[in-house]
Amino acid sequence: MSEVHKDYAGAKFGMWLFLFTELLLFGGLFILYGVYLHRYPEEFVKAGGELNVVFGAVNTLVLLTSSLAVAMSITALQKGNRRLTLVLLAVTIASALIFLVNKYFEWSAKIHHGLYPDSPHLKELAPGESVFFGLYYVTTGLHGLHVVIGGALLAWVFVQVRSGRVHAEDFVALENSGLYWHLVDLIWIFIFPLYYLIL
Amino acid sequence: MAETHLQATAPDRGFLTPREDYSGLFSWIFSTDHKRIGLLYFWSIVTFFLTGVTLGLLIRLELFLPGKTIVEAQTYNAMFTLHGVIMIFLFIIPGIPAAFGNLVLPIQIGAKDVAFPRLNLLSWWLYAIGAAMALGSLFSGGGAPDTGWTFYVPFSVQTTTNVSLAAFAVFILGFSSILTGLNFITTIHRMRAPGMSWGRLPLFIWSLYATAWVQVLATPILGITLALVLVERLLGTGLFDPTRGGDPIMFQHLFWIYSHPAVYIMVLPGMGVISDIIPVFARKPAFGYKAIAVSSIAIAAAGSLVWGHHMFTSGMSDMAVLVFSLLTFVVAIPSAVKVFNWVATLYKGSISLDPPLLFALSFILLFAIGGLTGLVLGAPATDVHVHDTHFVVGHFHYTMFGGTGMAFFAAMHYWLPKIYGRMYNKRIATIAWGLIFVGFNVLYLSMKVVGMQGMPRRYYDYIPEFTRLNQLATVGSWILGIGVFLMFFNLIRGTFRGQPVGDNPWGGATLEWTTSSPPPTENFEVDPVVTHGPYDFKAAGIL
Repeated sequence: MSEVHKDYAGAKFGMWLFLFTELLLFGGLFILYGVYLHRYPEEFVKAGGELNVVFGAVNTLVLLTSSLAVAMSITALQKGNRRLTLVLLAVTIASALIFLVNKYFEWSAKIHHGLYPDSPHLKELAPGESVFFGLYYVTTGLHGLHVVIGGALLAWVFVQVRSGRVHAEDFVALENSGLYWHLVDLIWIFIFPLYYLIL
Repeated sequence: MAETHLQATAPDRGFLTPREDYSGLFSWIFSTDHKRIGLLYFWSIVTFFLTGVTLGLLIRLELFLPGKTIVEAQTYNAMFTLHGVIMIFLFIIPGIPAAFGNLVLPIQIGAKDVAFPRLNLLSWWLYAIGAAMALGSLFSGGGAPDTGWTFYVPFSVQTTTNVSLAAFAVFILGFSSILTGLNFITTIHRMRAPGMSWGRLPLFIWSLYATAWVQVLATPILGITLALVLVERLLGTGLFDPTRGGDPIMFQHLFWIYSHPAVYIMVLPGMGVISDIIPVFARKPAFGYKAIAVSSIAIAAAGSLVWGHHMFTSGMSDMAVLVFSLLTFVVAIPSAVKVFNWVATLYKGSISLDPPLLFALSFILLFAIGGLTGLVLGAPATDVHVHDTHFVVGHFHYTMFGGTGMAFFAAMHYWLPKIYGRMYNKRIATIAWGLIFVGFNVLYLSMKVVGMQGMPRRYYDYIPEFTRLNQLATVGSWILGIGVFLMFFNLIRGTFRGQPVGDNPWGGATLEWTTSSPPPTENFEVDPVVTHGPYDFKAAGIL
């Protein structure tokens, strides 16, 4: 029955609710960040200084660009331009990959310096610094997982658009995936200043 | 309306008729029909409930005498942990919303199905996978988890038992719960039949609506909390470890931010069931429809702000204790609004004391006892005295089992004849109810008293002074157990061999009673148009 008649407003409504749950999922981590920052302001500043702003800034640019691309791809599909939609989706997916590669190098550098959970080096540092890196890895790790999921989702939509199952009259799958991608971007917009800029 | 009361002919099998697309079991586990998914949930939930009951009986048996009675301490720890995990995450939380919500929500609002039927099926699959993992944690890894269902750090991080798998199982079950809630909210917003205004929603729908919001807004916090325990165990991030700057109290905050609202995920749908049943068996419109509807939302809202009362003894500022205590007392107000409205509905009603009403009445009494003893725990001064004693165990069994459990039983006796088109034996149902009611009170009242005297919860052994009350409780558990098994025996027999009933055996005025029993696959032969409220028996032509 749902195949016959699609409720677009309902589908988007459901997606928005789901996005709220994702925000709350990260909300738990942001609460921890707030509490521990309050408790260890000096240690957080010291540990935050270890993070490389360049890595963070590049990733921010990559994600913002990808968000623009996915938004444009929806408009392109609405106008019936399938080729452009595919190109823009490809740009988004490529951005997701660039983000992950960048994150890989960033994490590798940290781990190389002995800054990873349960590392001997971290145990020597003050408790506040240890908890900072714990939060850093969990938060960016969870966000990275969302980048992977979002990228996979967009890749799936890419195939759907190419085969014509998602088209100018039926594009809610693309729109909802786009919303998800915006969320991934949005959460990063909070992570970037909290971990890289204000400390 | 006499001919709708009892029909002699065998019922049309409706949605239960074998399907053409898949055969046998596959026509169920791949079905996107909300009623089939509801029954999948129902029978799996009942199976887990009976597993949990068996564990509970074993725990009580172990406590029959001080010292070792039947099992070692480690096994005892594993038993109460699994009893808790099964009962909370596999029975009470999904119980009424996932089973009965799926079965009747779309029918009650005049829809053909839920908004996202395939997502609905995914929810059940996630439930099944999570359940399999939770039970699998018993037999794999370092042995059955022994942390209690709350997974408190630091023990849950240090123990070598299979906590990781159990925590991941609960994470998956939480996902299932979120998707069900999301589906219901969308369904209620988008799929109501013409004429089904918000003011005409059955009160069960109102309660499911409030529940669904709590499911969507609270469950993610549990997800992240358990994910953090997992990461902590696997990688040693130290976020809850004081030696590395973490704080175990933060775990308790995050855990209870979900798990206290979860209490309302458990009990609100039960209140909805009661609100639907009482008018039907009192043959009177629900007294204070709006107050009952709004109080559901109020309970959901206020109940989300009281998590701190679990932590009065964990070390909080006095101000925080005061605020959380006040907020806890505030939740009693909308709960009491409901109770008074139910009683007012019964007042001067033409009451027929059928099994669903018996369970509904015991819900009111037992939940009231549970709620009032909750105030003892909500007041910091008395809480310090009875914190983590058997008094708490008695209290939450009164609210959860006496509340949600009784509502679940009431819902079974109320709606199963609709779903299967056949009636169970009402006499046996009444006897089973009596056994359950008596056994229940003997069991949990003894627990409360022994808790008041100072017996701690979760303990394997106790001093001889507590022996008599523990024995009394254990005997109560036997009576309760016999009642529960008799009830299910009667229901199962009824669904297969009972007398066929007509469309409306109880004389209800909500939409599900206007379609055939069992309902056809798309619920209604003719799309319904709603012209009157859910408890307007005159307009429905029943009175």
